[in-house]
Amino acid sequence: MALTPDEVRHIAHLARLGLTDADVAKFAPQLSEILDYFDRLKAVDTAGIPPTAYPLDLHNILRDDVPDPPSDPETILKNAPNREGNLLRVRAILDE
Amino acid sequence: MPDDLTRLTITEASALLKQRQVSSVELLQASLERIAATEDRIHAFITLTGHTALEQARRADDMLAKGQGNALTGIPAAVKDVISTKGTRTTCGSKILEPFVPIYDANVITLLDEAGYVMLGKTNMDEFAMGSSGENSAYGPTHNPWALDRVPGGSSAGSAASVAAGQAFYALGSDTGGSIRQPAALSGVVGLKPTYGRVSRYGLVAFASSLDQIGPFTRSVRDAALVFEAIAGHDQRDSTSAEIDVPAIADSLTGDIKGLRVGVPREYFVDGMDPAVREAVEGAIRQLESLGAHIDTEVALPSTGLGVAVYYVIAPSEASSNLARYDGVKYGYSYQDGASMWENMERTRQHGFGEEVKRRIMVGTYALSAGYYDAYYLKAQQIRTLIRREFDAAFQKYDVLVTPVTPTPAFKIGEKTSDPLQMYLNDVCTIPVNIAGLPGISLPCGFATAEDGARLPIGVQILAKPFDEASLFRAAHAYEQSTDWHKQSPPL
Repeated sequence: MALTPDEVRHIAHLARLGLTDADVAKFAPQLSEILDYFDRLKAVDTAGIPPTAYPLDLHNILRDDVPDPPSDPETILKNAPNREGNLLRVRAILDE
Repeated sequence: MPDDLTRLTITEASALLKQRQVSSVELLQASLERIAATEDRIHAFITLTGHTALEQARRADDMLAKGQGNALTGIPAAVKDVISTKGTRTTCGSKILEPFVPIYDANVITLLDEAGYVMLGKTNMDEFAMGSSGENSAYGPTHNPWALDRVPGGSSAGSAASVAAGQAFYALGSDTGGSIRQPAALSGVVGLKPTYGRVSRYGLVAFASSLDQIGPFTRSVRDAALVFEAIAGHDQRDSTSAEIDVPAIADSLTGDIKGLRVGVPREYFVDGMDPAVREAVEGAIRQLESLGAHIDTEVALPSTGLGVAVYYVIAPSEASSNLARYDGVKYGYSYQDGASMWENMERTRQHGFGEEVKRRIMVGTYALSAGYYDAYYLKAQQIRTLIRREFDAAFQKYDVLVTPVTPTPAFKIGEKTSDPLQMYLNDVCTIPVNIAGLPGISLPCGFATAEDGARLPIGVQILAKPFDEASLFRAAHAYEQSTDWHKQSPPL
């Protein structure tokens, strides 16, 4: 199955991944080859087989809700690329 | 005191520490000198932490003087840069986390710290653990200590190379599709992937959450058991961590495997396998037989050939979700000059992620997108069930399975980077183990001689049923003690 450049751009958009035209030209055949390789899965009869999400048979793990000491905001915000006081600063998210 | 401290196992170094024949500070100095002498050729580390290591070594010596601590107390270790270390930069081999300093320790670090560990630094790796060669690091490739123009394997490239080169006495890695066992095999050291759920993933930066597991690189099987015992156990901060007791394994290893039932699944001896690898692994199987194990070569795991396809649907799907968090807003590299928040996010990810990470995010996003979810992701999860069931049936008859780790020895740097799918196929023998959540160990079983004369290590893989690391270690230790492959060191 050959992905078109527009399909590659659409997937990249869904993933919020900026790509150059050169990236698109490189990825289209590579992704197509990988998806072709997945075709072997289609031939397997999986009727009635439940999916495995995790190897362990675990469900609804509960624990007491005990607060830990909170992290120091200054330590956390040291990693912030752009801050204003104790807030993270980003560009406007709405069109004007 | 031995002339060269840097070739000691944990077991040997710990005995010297307890007898006060050597101090932790002396072990650290030996490691730091070894790093200084070899690191420009190996490039095992992204960040070195020699200064804090000296404080840790002094603390360990205090503990040992008071008769406190365990076998790991005061032993210098290296940690893969995907494991969170409070106050020490953790990059995951990615530019997008270049400035990132974690605010908490991973659970494995907390456990090692309580035991008085000494951290030499954070090791190089394929970006976000995506790769089989170490070449996908944003910080440049790690070189195989046995042949510097070859890869050490990946993704835990620096952890494997640092132990092989005598820089670290042991190292932590992570294994999602073979990222501990494959580099262990290619670098000639022991590498263990514990059962899924054995070791807490709290503080392990997520790649594929249903497959990831932390484990050790060491220079002996007993050493791997010591580190395993130290880092395994339930942690309520990881809801997939199992509430199952961790057995004391290291001190119960006897070398006796009489009557051990060993299965050899023929599907793992794939077409195109290097003859030297086949010969070495078959030699290891004959050796187990001569030690008293019952060998059965008629094991059938017919879905093995689907493993790589199942994995490359599931792992990128989970990764595309896990890596959505890197948006340049809260931490890490951030593109700031776009016209909108969305543009900044897209450019952050464009410039912050390397090519392989982008490729896998794209594959995963596609497999999870509307209209394709059932055909790819659900289908892969169903076949995951089939692979698990085949292993379950096999472990009704066998205590352990023995297979190759890799189809070939270490390849040259740059040899396979142009063809992503060919690179993925390197992991054919290790991937099914993560899919089923089994424990697996890789240990040295021989050498191949390359065309250029290089002597390249070969590994053999031993698998057991979930939470039966004891059988796996029993078989691995008995084999190792009857050979001297693990005692050989690279000509650095």
